[in-house]
Amino acid sequence: MTILDVVEIVVKAIIILVFPPFLLGVIARTKAVFAGRVGPPLLQPYYDLIKLFAKDSVISRTTTWVFLAGPAVALVGAVVAATLVPVGNDRAIWAFQGDFIALAYVLGLSRYFTMAAALDTGSSFEGMGAAREATFACLAEPAFILGLLAIARATGSLSLSGFLGAPIAHVWSVAGASLVLVAGGLLLVLLAENSRIPVDDPNTHLELTMIHEVMVLDHGGPPFGVILYGAAIKLFVFVSLLVRIVLPFDHPAWLVWTTFFAGQIAIAVVIGVIESVMARLRMPYVPALLLSGCLFCALAIVLLVR
Amino acid sequence: MTGCLIAVAVLVGSAAVALFAGRRSRASSAIAAIGCIVAAGFALPDAIVALAGAGPVEVAVTWAPPIETLRLGLDPLSAFFIVPLVLLGAVCGVYGAFYLDDQRERRWLAAPACFYNLLVASMLVVLISRDAIGFVIAWELMTLASYFLVVFDHEQLEVRRAGFVYLVASHVGVACVLSSFLLLGDNGFAFADMLAHPVAGSTAVAAAVLGLIGFGVKAGIVPLHVWLPEAHAAAPSHVSALMSGVMIKLGIYGILRTITLVGPALPWGPVFLGLGVVGALVGISLAIYQRDLKRALAYSSVENIGIILIGLGVGLWAAANGYPQIAALGLCGGLFHVWNHVIMKGLMFLGAGSLLHGAGTRDLEQMGGLIKPMPRTGALLFVGTLAISALPPLNGFASEWLIYLGLARGGTEGSPGAGLLLLFAVAAMATVGVLAVLCFVRIIGMALLGQPRSEASRDAHESGRGLVVPMLVLATAAIAMPFVLPLIVGSLDPVIAELTPTAVPQGAVTAALEPLAILGIVLWAGCIAVFLLVRRLARRRRAAETWGCGYVAPSSRMQYSGASFAEGIHRLLPTALRARIVAQQSTDLFPAPGQMSADRQDPFTRAAYEPMLDRGARRFGQLRWVQQGLLHLYILYVVLAVVVVITIVSIRDYWVLP
Repeated sequence: MTILDVVEIVVKAIIILVFPPFLLGVIARTKAVFAGRVGPPLLQPYYDLIKLFAKDSVISRTTTWVFLAGPAVALVGAVVAATLVPVGNDRAIWAFQGDFIALAYVLGLSRYFTMAAALDTGSSFEGMGAAREATFACLAEPAFILGLLAIARATGSLSLSGFLGAPIAHVWSVAGASLVLVAGGLLLVLLAENSRIPVDDPNTHLELTMIHEVMVLDHGGPPFGVILYGAAIKLFVFVSLLVRIVLPFDHPAWLVWTTFFAGQIAIAVVIGVIESVMARLRMPYVPALLLSGCLFCALAIVLLVR
Repeated sequence: MTGCLIAVAVLVGSAAVALFAGRRSRASSAIAAIGCIVAAGFALPDAIVALAGAGPVEVAVTWAPPIETLRLGLDPLSAFFIVPLVLLGAVCGVYGAFYLDDQRERRWLAAPACFYNLLVASMLVVLISRDAIGFVIAWELMTLASYFLVVFDHEQLEVRRAGFVYLVASHVGVACVLSSFLLLGDNGFAFADMLAHPVAGSTAVAAAVLGLIGFGVKAGIVPLHVWLPEAHAAAPSHVSALMSGVMIKLGIYGILRTITLVGPALPWGPVFLGLGVVGALVGISLAIYQRDLKRALAYSSVENIGIILIGLGVGLWAAANGYPQIAALGLCGGLFHVWNHVIMKGLMFLGAGSLLHGAGTRDLEQMGGLIKPMPRTGALLFVGTLAISALPPLNGFASEWLIYLGLARGGTEGSPGAGLLLLFAVAAMATVGVLAVLCFVRIIGMALLGQPRSEASRDAHESGRGLVVPMLVLATAAIAMPFVLPLIVGSLDPVIAELTPTAVPQGAVTAALEPLAILGIVLWAGCIAVFLLVRRLARRRRAAETWGCGYVAPSSRMQYSGASFAEGIHRLLPTALRARIVAQQSTDLFPAPGQMSADRQDPFTRAAYEPMLDRGARRFGQLRWVQQGLLHLYILYVVLAVVVVITIVSIRDYWVLP
């Protein structure tokens, strides 16, 4: 490992830790523009986090250590997942065979603790949120795995850093249709996993219609800041994956890095547009949407294998 | 070998001594538990030596017919199962001594102590038997000993019913096993004879299918799993732990032994993969909506047997089709999942027992908030659920990880047809994984977290050290295994060599487990550090009620219940797998009280076995006159049967075979 590699890893770690809340700012700004408002500054999520970390917390008497372990593990899971995703160029901080499966399971660990912390409060709202999160994850996870397996099959590699560079650029030229399907499927997974419209509405004010937000109703102050920060990093993980699939440039370096950040912002804008032009689906229709994500990815595999 | 024989003697001896140790004394439980520990001390070194590469050993004892020669032996495949048997046997034995202690005043505790040790002893004999006759006798003893343990609480009707279902299912199984051995044993019933004179053609296929069914009943392969949820729920918890941890794995052992005897009579890889995927999906689907904690755990065992089969299946498929590295991943994953499941399911059942002890119920809807009165049990159960949901950094993920890699590599490298199926098997595994997360989050959410749902849970008390320490041992193992596995991969070499003639290099497995160990360290360090940080950040805090939209008197009845938690996913299950819910809701202007009931019986029992057996029972009713309940009549039947058999054989030998 040369000094340059170390610098690269440090830079990527800083990006992972600093950049993600900016995506939330872009989404908020896009929605504001659509609604004809000026909207909050792009850096508003950072101000929110700073404010939350300075606050006191109110903690329910029903809760135990699990309540604070939830945000902590959710954040660690998201950060560890981010280290497995190629950030900036086509290399992740570390990579190994099958790292995309590990990524799914690390995020699963986060989800487990988030749900446990929700159930720890004994609130029916939060139990409801946890149940919905668990149920929809059952449909989003196969889509995620199938989508990445399709790419793995097409490129013959089992590592995100292995297939999200030059190999996937080649696949675009020989099996582009499959990749379009995979990108569509993963976009649905992104929206579901990050509690975005049309699956969930992050801005809703009625507990009964929430999924993710309702699980963290009782968290306030610093623990809530940790949750928001973890959620931003999780969004960054999915957006990064999608960017590397859709814009798989592998040289020269300036183009790779520029497209990475431009792609991040573009996808954040797309999310903002989706949130502006449509309403949240009724709960009974969400499984159908996620199932179609699964089917997109399954179809991609069938097309690839032939 | 000697160690194993001494262990059997110690177990049988301690069982006998325990039986006569006095009616209401602690002595019998203590003697039995000590017997289990001593036996483990003798058998374990033997097994480890066998796994370390010592060749198979065999001894023969000559005896009167019909046994003639009793062959006992130890080879790596046996040793691989002996290790978890004696270890979990000792841990559960100690737990059991304390677990049943509060029943001392009203029950005769020598019986369960004695049967427990006999169960461990008979399982050990199953594993070291080297001929079909000794094997089947030990197998039957194992079934009987476990039956008497299952019906420990025999004053309850449902327990007697569970015991009966178990007994019937086991005997259907043993009939198949016996027939399979009869087909294989044309030239003698020793395994060595069967290997020396392999059967071929349709006989081999029939023997393989019968073996698969017979041992599949014990292993709980869907759709032969129906006895499992009943028996595991009814048995005392340490017995459930041993049955679910080890006894059903002996079904897997039997199937693997059948493979070594019949060879490639069936396409084992695809068969295992198919049964595994179906078993894992059905098992976990049924687990997610159970009310009874131990039933849910039993269905999770069905799921895990499915995962073991998936691993072994992809391994055997790859070995037969020339992918040695994938074979190594699949077989090591499947085999390690056997060990890992022993640890985590043992932990879960012992934890369930501790909750039952503390709160007096197995019903999730009566529990709640138990982590507060029972902090140690709660924390250990938390570890157990993480492990069994196969989440990193615990042991369940480590073995599933190898299976995942085997499937994914098979899917990307295999031919189009096989590749496609293997890739979809990966997706099925992923679905099983998230369903397991749902299932176990529900279990901890309902049992440990939130507010108590009943008086008994409100007044729950922590279990004593005798229950907590065995759980602590298993939880430590669950935490340590991911880091230990890369070091002991080599010990699987001789086991795998027995299963497949293909040379299987372990390099891929070690390479796969190393990043996992790093991931484990990162996750442990990160989670602990950030948890402490969050706790520090939240040190300026105020306590309040849980947010209820301004409602300030939340009660435990307003909590989400286990049924409501599972409702969303329950609606997505195929109709055939759902619970049968009957709801009466009045739609009048002045509504009358409504009611709802849910039947969570096993759908296979409800839809297939019960109607079938009812029809059979009506037919067989006509033969009732045969059963007179007189002992001498039954002896007459036996004599008549022997005479008829001898006549047939003599006639055949005299006329048919010149």
